[in-house]
Amino acid sequence: MNTNTASISSQASVSERVKAAAAALVLGSVLVFTVGFAHSTSVHNAAHDTRHTLAFPCH
Amino acid sequence: MVNRVLTVSLLAGLLAGLLIGALQHVTTTPLILKAETFETAMRALEAQQAAFSGDAKVVLAHSGHEGGEHPEWKPEDGFQRTALTTLVTIATAIGFAALLLGGMIAAGDRIDDRTALAWAACGFLAFGLVPAAGLAPELPGSAAAELVHRQIWWIATALVTAGGLFVFLRMEAPWLRALAVLAILAPHVIGAPHPAAPESKVPAEIAAHFTALSLGIQAALWLVTGFAVGVLWPWMSRRAAAAPATA
Repeated sequence: MNTNTASISSQASVSERVKAAAAALVLGSVLVFTVGFAHSTSVHNAAHDTRHTLAFPCH
Repeated sequence: MVNRVLTVSLLAGLLAGLLIGALQHVTTTPLILKAETFETAMRALEAQQAAFSGDAKVVLAHSGHEGGEHPEWKPEDGFQRTALTTLVTIATAIGFAALLLGGMIAAGDRIDDRTALAWAACGFLAFGLVPAAGLAPELPGSAAAELVHRQIWWIATALVTAGGLFVFLRMEAPWLRALAVLAILAPHVIGAPHPAAPESKVPAEIAAHFTALSLGIQAALWLVTGFAVGVLWPWMSRRAAAAPATA
């Protein structure tokens, strides 16, 4: 019974980990893409100085 | 755990972004403003030449947009511009923090200040230094190749470098490591897209200073973000572990 609960909880933590890693990677990619690469003129103008400073290809 | 990822990313990004935003304000931003004065002068010259020769062949920074027909929204110089720049830096730092956490959780790593700093150093290599070897950080006013081509090269280089570093550091097989090194070199063998001729009127001293500062700021942003993630994550985990016991 002990091993059962242990395996269940470790399974739960694996799926938790997958969810957490996926959420983090999606959030990070979306943010970095918007800040560094989005072609919208307003986003570009707002992010202009940071894009140059962080050497994202700009203009 | 998803909540912890979000909280730690937000907090670490906020801390690192504010700190680096302040650093930016006194280092790179003044150089960008200075470069814009050269750029404005150059655009005036370019307009003259274009009127004279019938077309303008050089794609200059800022001149690629739809010209003056539609007045575009732009932050006003001064407080608005500084505030937005800082805000965008915070957003970038939150993004970097999330990417670091995502990578470390996916790799099954223990997350503390030392491991997070090591990941952050690799993040700087993959997203900062190595792409900069092909596309150097540049000031407004520099001539550059087609934007989309540079963006594709940059993203591909960053991803390949990140993957290559991971394989090299985590795999034992010599052939895999050799493959990782080859993969990291490949984008540079292909070569980054560059303009036919450099056309910047920004003095080289200012451009060189900016490039050095930019790399320094990028390194600082990654390392501060990584350190904050490495300190906040164990703290939040201890709190989460303590919560059910007290409840």
